[in-house]
Amino acid sequence: MSSTAQSLPIEISSLCKAYGPIKALDDVSLNIAAGEFLTLLGPSGSGKTTLLMALAGFVRPDGGSIRFGDQEMIATPPHKRGLGMVFQSYALFPFMTVAENVAYPLKIRGVSKSDQKTRVERVLDTVELGGYGDRRITQLSGGQRQRVALARAMVFEPRIILMDEPLSALDKKLREHMQIELKALHQKLDATVVYVTHDQREALTMSDRIAVVNHGRIEQIDTPERLYRQPHSFFVADFIGESISLPVTVANDTAQLGGRVLKSDLAIAPGSGGHRLVIRPELLEVMSGPVPENANDFSGRVNDIIYQGDSVLVIVEHKSVGMINVRVPANRAGQTGLPSKGEQIGLALHPEDTIIVPEQVS
Amino acid sequence: MEQVGQRKIDGLWLTVVGIAVLFFLILPTLIVIPMSFSGASFLEFPPTSFSFRWYAAYFTSPEWMSATKTSLIAAVMTTAIATPLGSLCAYGLHCSAPRIRNIAQIFVIMPIVVPVILIAVGVFSLYAKLGLNYTLTGIVIAHTALALPFVIVTVMSGLQNYDFDQELAARSLGASRAYALWTITVPQVKFSIQTGAFLAFITSLDEVVISMLVSGGDNATITRRMFNSLRDQLDPTIAAISTCLIFVSISALVIISIFNRNQKNKDQL
Amino acid sequence: MSISEANAGAKKFNTASTLKAEDRRERLTFLGLSMPAVLAILIVVFLPIFWLSSLSFYNAAGELSTENYARIFESALYRRTFVVTFQISIAVTVICILLGYPLCYLLTKVKDRTAAILMIFVLVPFWTSVLVRTYAWLVLLQRNGIINSSLMSLGIIEEPLQLAHNLTGSIIGMVHIMLPFLILPLYATMRNIDTDLVRAAVGLGSSPRGAFWRVFFPMSLPGLFAGIVLVFILSLGFFVTPALLGGGRVQMLAQRIESTITIYSNWGAASALGVVLLLLALVMIWLMNRVFGLDKLFMR
Repeated sequence: MSSTAQSLPIEISSLCKAYGPIKALDDVSLNIAAGEFLTLLGPSGSGKTTLLMALAGFVRPDGGSIRFGDQEMIATPPHKRGLGMVFQSYALFPFMTVAENVAYPLKIRGVSKSDQKTRVERVLDTVELGGYGDRRITQLSGGQRQRVALARAMVFEPRIILMDEPLSALDKKLREHMQIELKALHQKLDATVVYVTHDQREALTMSDRIAVVNHGRIEQIDTPERLYRQPHSFFVADFIGESISLPVTVANDTAQLGGRVLKSDLAIAPGSGGHRLVIRPELLEVMSGPVPENANDFSGRVNDIIYQGDSVLVIVEHKSVGMINVRVPANRAGQTGLPSKGEQIGLALHPEDTIIVPEQVS
Repeated sequence: MEQVGQRKIDGLWLTVVGIAVLFFLILPTLIVIPMSFSGASFLEFPPTSFSFRWYAAYFTSPEWMSATKTSLIAAVMTTAIATPLGSLCAYGLHCSAPRIRNIAQIFVIMPIVVPVILIAVGVFSLYAKLGLNYTLTGIVIAHTALALPFVIVTVMSGLQNYDFDQELAARSLGASRAYALWTITVPQVKFSIQTGAFLAFITSLDEVVISMLVSGGDNATITRRMFNSLRDQLDPTIAAISTCLIFVSISALVIISIFNRNQKNKDQL
Repeated sequence: MSISEANAGAKKFNTASTLKAEDRRERLTFLGLSMPAVLAILIVVFLPIFWLSSLSFYNAAGELSTENYARIFESALYRRTFVVTFQISIAVTVICILLGYPLCYLLTKVKDRTAAILMIFVLVPFWTSVLVRTYAWLVLLQRNGIINSSLMSLGIIEEPLQLAHNLTGSIIGMVHIMLPFLILPLYATMRNIDTDLVRAAVGLGSSPRGAFWRVFFPMSLPGLFAGIVLVFILSLGFFVTPALLGGGRVQMLAQRIESTITIYSNWGAASALGVVLLLLALVMIWLMNRVFGLDKLFMR
């Protein structure tokens, strides 16, 4: 799409919102770069939707600041914020046709009838719904409705687009397809996107950066990779990806597990409430020989082997820490190296994969 | 085997009782219709001759016509006032905090559950002070209060079935709250508003107790005249009037159920 | 640029209070939308009733007293009115249960389409004027009405029965008016009962009758209760039908209040009766709210 408008950065500072004793937003500060795809990720009730609704203007915060570019927006009513928004329910107007839905924001902005027509057609082409303008909303499939909602939110070329779990009503296959498509669309559009989801995989797939929200606060904001490899707290480590965790003691920047010093290249984030070692099943290496000196040794006896199609889950019983899950790719290389039940195997956790996190961020 | 026999007897018994109750409900409601076409000068059932004489009596009587006019004007005005007020109230309550909404809901349905005789006596004494007894204004104000709960209840249930995100979506797309309400929300709760309007109309048209005390003179409603007439004698003209009233009620019922069916069909698509 | 920055700075300074004021304004707007309706109900329903209640505490000489209430309990006439009102209301409620419950149960047993058609038989009377239906009963029940004449021609009775202008007539007419008020909430509740549960009970060895009493009936109770309370409240304060079908021989509370005012102009006594009736109704409404939840009225 041609774009005269340019995407805007968003600057949120000290945003607070309480519902009675519950703090839905607890002093949230967050900077989103112009043109960024930022995801707010968190469990339900974490405050991620409240934050999005505050950006949209539907939730009025108790205090703080929201700036789009250099403009303070905190007290601006929703219709003057000029953002596109896609709702979880799509919120399409069922008594209008597809084209009427998409033209709605243009009509409000006083765009001439002929301009409306060309812009609606162009945006429908963009979302691959060319020629669907005269259809009724009730005649569309879930995926098509999703695209109409998207077209309606971007037809007026907003510089910021908000999306509230837009894919959660779709089935898994379509959802994954739309994730890729949305990401590609974002690259074509010149808009800052704030996306809310509770699906960590979706967040990892689509985002430039992810803000993990919990109890009304942002636990960590990082790129998908850093968030996955270097979580700052147990909550983040546990919420993203698969893992098991073991309590460890930390003194002088070294962690000990059952009296043994853990070798780790990663910084231990500051925090309170004790620390935990996080082991991701796919980061453990099954050794054919002895575990090398520079790695942490988690060798044990194979308790069970579970075939899961794309991978194989090996459950290893470690003599002091208990059961440890190891994920091995199901290709031939993985298969040939597979041990059998009851066999003693060597497991290495390399220092660059040794994640130690505090129970709570300070 | 014994159980199956028992079941059949239970089922038969149930069907017989059920159908008997249905006839008990419908027959007395509709019996005045054939009677209204009777040619005899007294009430008889089944009628032995056919005529329109009671309709003629009704439509040529200046008293009955004046009362009919009063009732129709009162019902139309009640509907015209109660429908917008009730719809706005329903929208306001729908958007209010749950605590306020719950209190207001109980308050708002009081006119339905408080014995109407108390409202009638109270309004009568209040109107005596204000000089509103026997005026059209007085009737319309009282009927509006009685009709409001029906409008509010139907519109609120309409709003509950409506995906409120649509209004938010419209606002995010640049519509002010009022514009979003008018262009997006109202078209979709239109059926509830119309249903509420019909209920308001029928409530006013059929209301007896308040009209009995508050209306009178030139502004007597048809129900007041019917009530007073029935206290003395069984005038067959009333069969003709009743038939007209039944016709109005059933038409309203039919229109509302057509609305509902259309709405449901749309929802299912 | 610099202007907008200064602007932003100024805004930030009193953000919290601005937001709070905005919030209050919005809440008041919504309340304001409701106000005309609330006001109308306040003026027509609440204000007169409060005023009426206050009248009940003044005697004929205009002094504060509880004389009016004392008379309610002392006068045989008023006591009689209360007894009759309760007798009729209870009788009407019981008969409505006996007629309404089987019908609702039958409606849940037949096909949805059939049930929808049969419901017309309930909705048409429900929507028809009370006055029209009372008139119909007056005609049916009169001395030479169709019921007496057919019973006589069948040889069941020799003399026409006194059906109208007495207690019998009042009760028959009131049952006919009240029955839909029992049926509608009860049927709504029954329709939501999961019939699989009943089938499961039968599958687990219950007899169909046992399954009905142990599973279906308890689950239908909330709707039945709502219907009972509705019928009872409406019966307690009912005016039109007993006034016409009772023929002056049956005096229920509502008629007593009306005649005390229109015939005797005794506002004190009438309002005391009114207060008692109001309290009875409020207790019933409170009960209904506790058991059924009045807010359910607002859902479809």
